[in-house]
Amino acid sequence: MNLFILASLIEPAVGLIFWTTITFVLLLVLLGKFAWKPILTAIKTREKGIEDALASAENALNDMRELKSNNEKILAEARAERDNLLKEARDTKDAIIAEAKAKSQAEADRIMSSAREQITNEKNAAVAELKNQVATLSIEIAEKILRSELSSDDKQKALVNNLMKDVNLN
Amino acid sequence: MTSKINTYKRFTSIFLLIFSLFIGVSNHLSASEPQEHESEETHVESSEHGHQSGEAHGPIDISAIALEHVSDSHSWHFWGEGHDAVSAPLPIILKGNNGIAFFMSSEFHHDNEGKVVVEKNGERYVMFDEKIYFANEFPNEYGQYITPTIEEKEVSVSNASPLDFSITKNVTQMFISVIVILWIFTSIAKAYKTQGVTSAPKGKQSFFEPLIIFVRDDIAKGNIGHGSEKFVPYLLTVFFMILINNVFGMIPIGANLTGNIAFTLVLSVATLIVTNINGNKNYWSHIFLPHAPKAIWPILIPIEVVGILTKPFALMMRLFANMTAGHIIIISLVGLIFVFKTIYIAPVSVAFALFIDVLECLVAFLQAYVFTMLTALFIGSAVADHNEDGAHNSDDKAMEAGH
Repeated sequence: MNLFILASLIEPAVGLIFWTTITFVLLLVLLGKFAWKPILTAIKTREKGIEDALASAENALNDMRELKSNNEKILAEARAERDNLLKEARDTKDAIIAEAKAKSQAEADRIMSSAREQITNEKNAAVAELKNQVATLSIEIAEKILRSELSSDDKQKALVNNLMKDVNLN
Repeated sequence: MTSKINTYKRFTSIFLLIFSLFIGVSNHLSASEPQEHESEETHVESSEHGHQSGEAHGPIDISAIALEHVSDSHSWHFWGEGHDAVSAPLPIILKGNNGIAFFMSSEFHHDNEGKVVVEKNGERYVMFDEKIYFANEFPNEYGQYITPTIEEKEVSVSNASPLDFSITKNVTQMFISVIVILWIFTSIAKAYKTQGVTSAPKGKQSFFEPLIIFVRDDIAKGNIGHGSEKFVPYLLTVFFMILINNVFGMIPIGANLTGNIAFTLVLSVATLIVTNINGNKNYWSHIFLPHAPKAIWPILIPIEVVGILTKPFALMMRLFANMTAGHIIIISLVGLIFVFKTIYIAPVSVAFALFIDVLECLVAFLQAYVFTMLTALFIGSAVADHNEDGAHNSDDKAMEAGH
């Protein structure tokens, strides 16, 4: 083994140290300014962009989900509203019919009662008239009978006797 | 069907890669022939004339070849040897006694034995074993302008050396890698601007973005926790600097930069600095006011203080040793062919080298990850609000009051 060459291998050369130092520092500065800064910024921007895009996609999905559930809610509400309306309409119809029935019933009752009243009045009047006429007729009949009965003395005497017979003077 | 073809193509390309490595090493082998004999000094002259016959003489010093292959050099050697070598000359910058000297490595005319003198600023330089020395006034009996001393096959040169700030092979690769890294990441940064942040990543962007996010989330956030954003640029730079250079080092003609201790030293010193300037009260109190009886403080405090240095030291050694070891193993496996001097060992060598190469692909990523992860871990322990035992800050105060 040639130790002389080996020694030269592990003995750092001053020239190479000098040039390496200059080159490395220069490379560090140049790369830092013109390469790493724009590259790292760009990568970071893109990563942030991807993150934002993912987040916004998630948001959009959530929004859509919300919208969908909202739609369903609205639909359900509309359905309920319709049912309600139908029910109300039915109720109103029933109420109107019932009212009309009640009203007509009441009218009928009123008409009936007034008719009844009128009938009663008319009847009463008729009865009264009849009574008057009967009374008049009776009086006339009685007058005529009396006249005929009392047209002779015999008949008067027979009547008095008849009456006297009834009257018991005890 | 297409995937089969792709697999086949990939296999062929890996095979070609191994094959070219094999060729490259064989060139190095013969190129280093003279150098190997240099250590035996007396044979220098004969080897100079006899190296064309190559493997004909002497056992091959594979370790020297391997070490030469993983070491830095002043020119970028592609293939060939001696005067036929195809290599790119690199600038040499020296700080001598008379100021700074600047010239191309081709002025040494491929000489690595201290025989060619280059004179600049009234000072004379020679290169021996990829190291530059002040030349002697006169050559020795072998034509060398240096004074080598040999002790049991170890050659040391007593000449003085100038401070060497040359743009070596490793420095050149580092510059190339930095340009590549800057190109990759600024164009990725631009892609985010032009395509906007909402579109899916494309091309380079789709390969590197997961890595960036991995470093940011798993390494930084995982080990530092709250406030990790501040350290992410540093960790990313370290990670990609190591990763790209690991990959470059695997290309056969590439330089072994991440397996060079000077490089790993700078990175681990950077980690040391970043860790300690961000150390909070907890971190320092853990070192200087450990939760232990005062009697053992004299033992504990020095250990903790040394611990500040051992952590980055381990980082430095780990990356250096892992990358260098991988390269040495591959060269050693291919070197078996030349040690046994038979072509029949080649399939075994190639199969094992292929296996190690694939393993190295993993190691390239793994070591970048380990270095960055441990850096993050050290920073995390320095900025953590909680203690290792999970006690709260207020608990600490209570305990300190109790002492």
